[in-house]
Amino acid sequence: MKRRRVLQLGAALGGGLLARKEVSARELGKPLGPYGQRSPFEKGVRWTRESKTPEAGSSFTPLAESHGILTPSSLHYERHHAGIPNIDPARHRLVIQGMVERPLLLTVDDIKRLPSMSRILLMECGGNSGSEWATTTGPTVQRSHGLASCSEWTGVPLRLLLEEVGVRSGAAWLIAEGADAGRMQRSLPLAKAMDDMILAYGQNGEALRPEQGYPLRLVVPGWEGATHVKWLQRIVVAAEPYQSRDETSKYTDLMPDGKARQFTFPMEAKSVITYPSGGQTLPGPGLYELTGLAWSGRGRVERVDVTTDGGRSWRQARLQEPVLRLAFARFRLAWQWDGREATIASRCVDETGYVQPSREALIAVRGVNSGFHYNGIKLWKVSANGNVTNV
Amino acid sequence: MCRPGVLAAAVLLGGTVALAQSPKFGVGRTPTEDDTRALGIMVAPDGTGLPAGSGTAVEGKEVFAARCASCHGQKGEGGDGPPLVGGKGTLATPVPKKTVGSYWPYATTVWDYVNRAMPFNQPGTLSHDEVYAVAAYVLFLNDIVGEKQVLNAKSLPLVKMPNRDGFVSDPRPDVPPRRSE
Repeated sequence: MKRRRVLQLGAALGGGLLARKEVSARELGKPLGPYGQRSPFEKGVRWTRESKTPEAGSSFTPLAESHGILTPSSLHYERHHAGIPNIDPARHRLVIQGMVERPLLLTVDDIKRLPSMSRILLMECGGNSGSEWATTTGPTVQRSHGLASCSEWTGVPLRLLLEEVGVRSGAAWLIAEGADAGRMQRSLPLAKAMDDMILAYGQNGEALRPEQGYPLRLVVPGWEGATHVKWLQRIVVAAEPYQSRDETSKYTDLMPDGKARQFTFPMEAKSVITYPSGGQTLPGPGLYELTGLAWSGRGRVERVDVTTDGGRSWRQARLQEPVLRLAFARFRLAWQWDGREATIASRCVDETGYVQPSREALIAVRGVNSGFHYNGIKLWKVSANGNVTNV
Repeated sequence: MCRPGVLAAAVLLGGTVALAQSPKFGVGRTPTEDDTRALGIMVAPDGTGLPAGSGTAVEGKEVFAARCASCHGQKGEGGDGPPLVGGKGTLATPVPKKTVGSYWPYATTVWDYVNRAMPFNQPGTLSHDEVYAVAAYVLFLNDIVGEKQVLNAKSLPLVKMPNRDGFVSDPRPDVPPRRSE
């Protein structure tokens, strides 16, 4: 309003010079605000399947829109089995009992008083890339690999609390249980808890989001996402696993001989190119920075190789420093695209020397019905018109 | 070490207030039985945790029709929810059908899961007897228990599931690394 009047005034004065000057005037921006929002031009959101029971399902991180190694908490993938509970932290309790000398009930404030730690860690659903076992694979990197995210988690080393309660001899497992409607439950080896499990209340500098387990969750570095029990209300120390539904009927890997693998916890080395990736279009031949994410549930990413000729030759990509154990690693590689059809892929090698296998190599051993723990090499086809599709 | 004293204190106070804090950091307190009960039942494969009560497939048929069939089908054949019945002998075929009968290794898991998570939209609303009855009915539909067989805390853990020996431990890394090219 004000500006238009100024313009009119400028025109009325007939001063061309003056008018031009007024046109370049800038509008005052928005005022300060209590809680930040991203730019309205940014559209990346979690993707989820249509479902009659949206309380039980998963939503996928838009990996193609991510930069660096961290996932914003608002875009961290979700997997719920009975909806997201609305928990008042003042009323939440964690009970540690079972084969312990001193059973303990803790409030969230009790836990926040204890010595804390933070660690940047990847989290990947055991079912991530499950669509890749089939012949028609995920059309975008979000759909094929989006059940993986990476955050800084803050909390208390679980070991500290287990030392407080005094684990009795003969104990070998923890039974962790959530406070969601279905009381999600998993059995986990005690040794892993004594090694590096975290009782987390913080994520990326703020409290956990409700869909990430507010106010308390387990973080189990490098192991399948479902072990990171959310809304944690109880830990029972036991001699044997409890054989809960989500460690027998689900999250077990059925092999071609009819036997199923159980307690397949670590997520093996894996990588995927996020640019260029399925659904994107390259505007034309030229120099591109090819980039993607690599990780291993068994340690540090040692190397990522990239092919742009369908696997005939591989070049080592540059890794973003620092490369953290059990976290996403960002890789980058300059690529001169000549405008001809190209098949591109990445291959991760971790610190144990393990090399990410091809889909064919995986299937040769495990068949196509195992459903979980897929970590095969992902191929993308760049067509001459620049369209990128899954292979 | 201080446990007997704490227990004595708890008993003196009527078992409702127990004040033991953790030894090094002095946080928390000893949970009471009420605290634990409020969290809900947890069942181990040997039956630890199973409550009193009982049920048969005959009783379970009615409960199932009223509370389960809308998602799992009248005979557990599946619908919006997964099938619970059938699939025996399919695990090593190209189209395996994983159900309670063909895949689940422990009968105690059926009781535990129904009790903690079912019905999907109203978990925690079945009585203990109803959970025993529904578990009996699902196992009966899979030819694992008889129609009138009574399931309770003693008999349920003894039910042998067909796929009890169908699970192996994690052999990974199992896919040989490719030679570097």
